[in-house]
Amino acid sequence: MSASRFNGFTDYGIGIGLRAPHYQHILTRKPVVDWFEIISENFMIDGGRPLQILDQILEQYRVVQHGVSMYFGSAEKLNREHLRRLKDLVRRTKTPWLSDHLCWGSVDGRYTHDLLPMPYTFEAAKITAQKVKAVQDFLEIPVAVENVSSYAEYHESEMTEWEFLNEVVQRADCGILLDVNNIYVSSQNHSFHPLDYVNSIPAERVAQIHIAGHSKYRKYILDTHDHPVIDPVWKLYERAIQRVGHTATLLEWDDSIPSFQEVHDEALKANKFLSATVLAEAV
Amino acid sequence: MSLLQLQRAVARAVMQPLTASRDMQRHAPGGGSMKRYAARLIKPNDRLTSFERLEIYNKQYWFRVLDSMIEDFPGLRAVLGERRFDAMAEAYLVANPSRSFTLRHLPSQLVPWLRKHPQWAGKDQKLALDIARLEWADIEAFDAKAEPLLEQKDLLQTNDPNTRAGAAKLKLTLQPYLRLLDLHYPVDDLLLEVRKADEDTDFASNAFTERRKRKRVRVVAKLKPSDLFLAVHRIDNSVYFRRLEPEEFVILSALRDGKTLGAAVELAFRRSAVPSEERPAKVQTWFAIWAALGWFCQPQKKHPAR
Repeated sequence: MSASRFNGFTDYGIGIGLRAPHYQHILTRKPVVDWFEIISENFMIDGGRPLQILDQILEQYRVVQHGVSMYFGSAEKLNREHLRRLKDLVRRTKTPWLSDHLCWGSVDGRYTHDLLPMPYTFEAAKITAQKVKAVQDFLEIPVAVENVSSYAEYHESEMTEWEFLNEVVQRADCGILLDVNNIYVSSQNHSFHPLDYVNSIPAERVAQIHIAGHSKYRKYILDTHDHPVIDPVWKLYERAIQRVGHTATLLEWDDSIPSFQEVHDEALKANKFLSATVLAEAV
Repeated sequence: MSLLQLQRAVARAVMQPLTASRDMQRHAPGGGSMKRYAARLIKPNDRLTSFERLEIYNKQYWFRVLDSMIEDFPGLRAVLGERRFDAMAEAYLVANPSRSFTLRHLPSQLVPWLRKHPQWAGKDQKLALDIARLEWADIEAFDAKAEPLLEQKDLLQTNDPNTRAGAAKLKLTLQPYLRLLDLHYPVDDLLLEVRKADEDTDFASNAFTERRKRKRVRVVAKLKPSDLFLAVHRIDNSVYFRRLEPEEFVILSALRDGKTLGAAVELAFRRSAVPSEERPAKVQTWFAIWAALGWFCQPQKKHPAR
């Protein structure tokens, strides 16, 4: 959804993840890129080269922050040190919105550094929404929650994953970072129809979309971000764009990272679908 | 089951070490069958049992944290050998699971833990501790804070550095990223050698990997004990190692601990073999180098503990 309160009333196009192997290319060649997504935790530090690089990037590009360890769904309290450092970084990057995952990963102060799936219960939705709200209030910018890929489901669950997502975002009044690759991966691992998911999300809350590649194993699919986007995921993206309109789109490529140009070219394939919505909106 | 109870149960299983063949253990945390433990929490599907689904997360956890340790401590891995290092890292992580939102802090307790548990430090605990200290200092120096450089006007605010008495009372603050190490082995050379070998074999084939291992073993075997004082610092945000004379190390350590310049210099030369007539010139040269490297900064409100 272009320019809404969930993305800070911005109208971003296609971006890619800022990754270390591309630093030199970006800083010397200055390629035209609409925006970069950074992993917040990589820059929540006190000094040194990462922040120097980030400042150079910020001089020339728009940056959006994406987190991997806020763990909105963990039953424990928010980590105040994490929040303080995150707010410092938000001030530095002036990110118009910020995203993290709808998952948990820490308990009793111990971190797994993984994106563990939630039990889809009303209790979990309530706790998660309270934490999203608290983060949003503290950071004073819109927060979008991202659906994760998962490989396990709990007996405790009382609803589908998309019903849980809806429950959380309504309660927290926050945005969604819709990852269509994650929907595809989970649909294959849990045998549901991915379009049921895409068709059920509240379109007006989608602040951003993620696309990515994954790895297929004999009995399951892993979300590895080390391949180009496959056709079924582009189909989901197309459907998502039909529903939500022109939306900031980001390609994730985190392992076996090819050249900057290859990653950017893969991301720009999204233009085919975004252009169609622009035409449709014009008509 | 409450959210907290479920998350505790899953985390216990996910963080339980893998078997030697890198599979999930058959025994659940606290005893009993892991099959039953997993089945209570996780739904099976038409392709995977509850056990297998939980195992995906168990493996992901250990691969991630062990990879992080391997990436951060190539030197210690060269010293201990790969199998011994991996076993040590697992034991360390069981005793010290991550308590931070970032993997950067994962090895923060490694040096004190290794000191307390010499059975994991290989044949030569001093060597293992030296290389571990150097690699942790390198991690810390990489992204620690840099304060604004000390200028002459900052000195004038406190004392008159142009008089001998004023200079002696001076307290100088060192950059937070600067780490000072007293070592028993020339592990700086070792680490640079290991990194070079890793770079040379980035395109590693099996033959190259084997040759690299043998080369590492030779490097470690050749390493002779030799007292060494080292500064781990940054220039243009790249980390460097600079060897220090013993007196330099004492002065810098004393300044870092909040002693006055006079007290630091006095301490450095108390048992020094440097002839007294050469001392003023040496001190002057050292200070010129330290200042040129940007090691002195404006006083901070909070000084790091180290």
